[in-house]
Amino acid sequence: MILSFVQAAYVLATGLFVFALHWMNTPKTARRGVQAGVAGMALAVLATWAQPGVVHHGWIVLAIIAGFVVGIPLAMVPLTAVPQRTALSHAFGGLAAGLVGTAKYYLWLGEGPENLTAFRMVAIILEIILGYLTFTGSLLAAGKLQEVKWIPQRPVTYPGQNLINLLLAAAAIVAGGALALHPTASWAPQLFPVIIALALLFGVLLIIPIGGADMPTVIAILNSYAGLAAVAMGFVLDNKLLITAGALDGSSGLILAIIMCKAMNRSFTNVLFGAFGQVQQLKAGGEQKQYKGETAEGAAQILEQASLVVIVPGYGMAVAQAQHKIRELYDQLKKRGISVKFAIHPVAGRMPGHMNVLLAEADIPYTDLVEMDEINPDMPQCDVCLVVGANDVVNPAARFDKSSPIYGMPIIDADKARTVFAIKRSKNPGFAGIDNELYFAEKTWMLFGDAKNVIGELVKQFAGEGGMH
Amino acid sequence: MQRRVFTRLAPAAIPLVLAATSLAAQPQVVDSTQAAAATHAVAVDVWPLVYVFVLATFIGLGVIRRVSRLLHTPLMSITNAISAIAVVGSIIVTGGDYPTPIRAMGAIALFASMTNIVSGFLITDRMLKMFKTEEKSGPGGRS
Repeated sequence: MILSFVQAAYVLATGLFVFALHWMNTPKTARRGVQAGVAGMALAVLATWAQPGVVHHGWIVLAIIAGFVVGIPLAMVPLTAVPQRTALSHAFGGLAAGLVGTAKYYLWLGEGPENLTAFRMVAIILEIILGYLTFTGSLLAAGKLQEVKWIPQRPVTYPGQNLINLLLAAAAIVAGGALALHPTASWAPQLFPVIIALALLFGVLLIIPIGGADMPTVIAILNSYAGLAAVAMGFVLDNKLLITAGALDGSSGLILAIIMCKAMNRSFTNVLFGAFGQVQQLKAGGEQKQYKGETAEGAAQILEQASLVVIVPGYGMAVAQAQHKIRELYDQLKKRGISVKFAIHPVAGRMPGHMNVLLAEADIPYTDLVEMDEINPDMPQCDVCLVVGANDVVNPAARFDKSSPIYGMPIIDADKARTVFAIKRSKNPGFAGIDNELYFAEKTWMLFGDAKNVIGELVKQFAGEGGMH
Repeated sequence: MQRRVFTRLAPAAIPLVLAATSLAAQPQVVDSTQAAAATHAVAVDVWPLVYVFVLATFIGLGVIRRVSRLLHTPLMSITNAISAIAVVGSIIVTGGDYPTPIRAMGAIALFASMTNIVSGFLITDRMLKMFKTEEKSGPGGRS
């Protein structure tokens, strides 16, 4: 009786999760999606708790309270810290899957070795490998995003890196295979921790060669792994709710990773094993090109005469926390009847959709946030394109320079605008270490300085005029 | 175009291939005499599980493909919360009548999942609240 109730609750929860994701397809219904998700999760927790097999309640209550105590502050982080929060929660998800797999293996080993069928063993091994590698990999990714001092920001590469990774993966698979065939052998309880150690190490080695510009893809892949670890747990526990919810998460991570890869014209393998950041060193040297600088005063005068202004935000905007100043500029321009659009490249920032969230935080209506493919046809009509802390996503070298590491990447056609203003912190090349052709173009003027200050200066120019002394 | 995408997915398909080989590997173990009898006693019919997994993946791909690009960050945080469904396994392990070390591992897993559920749903809602159209954003041009 109670078991049919539990199963019914699980079916309902699955349906609610599907609707939760379905409602995310437009901002109008998205919040309803969250409510559906919460309802589904509450049902799943209560139904599981009500099972007759669950007899001890003290620790459950404690763990749930601890989850709230840590979870609530984690939800209050500033929105610029959302990428590292997301990576951290992938780490938690991976850890949970790994621990449950470990617990189940030792439990069955001690109390019912007949439960350790080959199928279950393979599922357990997949669960712990995916779980623990997601754990350390995501922790490292979160550390890189948070710019923790002792974690290198730039990609770390060494000779034979891919070979070592491959050997490590092979070792884990061989050990896992041996364990699956002989789950109760005398050496099995000792081999199991070896696999855990290999997975933990593999997670670290997989992420150290990856640079900040590739983080959106990597976060999406880790998201997918966390989902697949939950699926494997479902196979271990013979639980269909785990399988469906995990599969939804897994496919979501997969689709986001595909979108990110397409937006960089790179493959999964290239992102994971291609260590961005070395090839372009070859291109250094060559003739010294000159930037043309412009003052805030001059830029404001040109902006004022525009009828269409397109702003291209990038990670630099997030670093400088410039989104609120941009909102002020947006208001000033709108007040003068100038139309302002934001051109959002899929990989701008450090996670999928990063720029949209920051601009929405600054109260910019989402109807003015335009995707790359939709804005590009309008770029020739654009009077002024203002590039705020974006670099690779507007580099025209992606179109013609075959030796460039970003060759073939779809870009926002900033160079087709009549005038380009680019805000840049320093005169050094961008994150990927690539020279940006756009900055040397005839119609481009540079505004050097912190994005927040530069935009603040622009706003002051406009406010000064309107203020009438 | 579509084919290119799928060749790129090859590395991600590795877990699937491993799962498939595990199914092929199963009969070999049943050979060992002791395990044989025991396996039958607790045999789980694995095919319905695989079936559920494949269908759920297709539903996931269909639904997620339609999610607005505007909302990719909230999408990621809500799927984070949903994948914390590992909470189900954690409760079973923590609350069962098992040895203490096993239950302790379950409790840590439960704490980790619960943290994801709470922070995942809360931050998703917090972000979604910020997405407004022009009319709703109140008096524009605050001077």
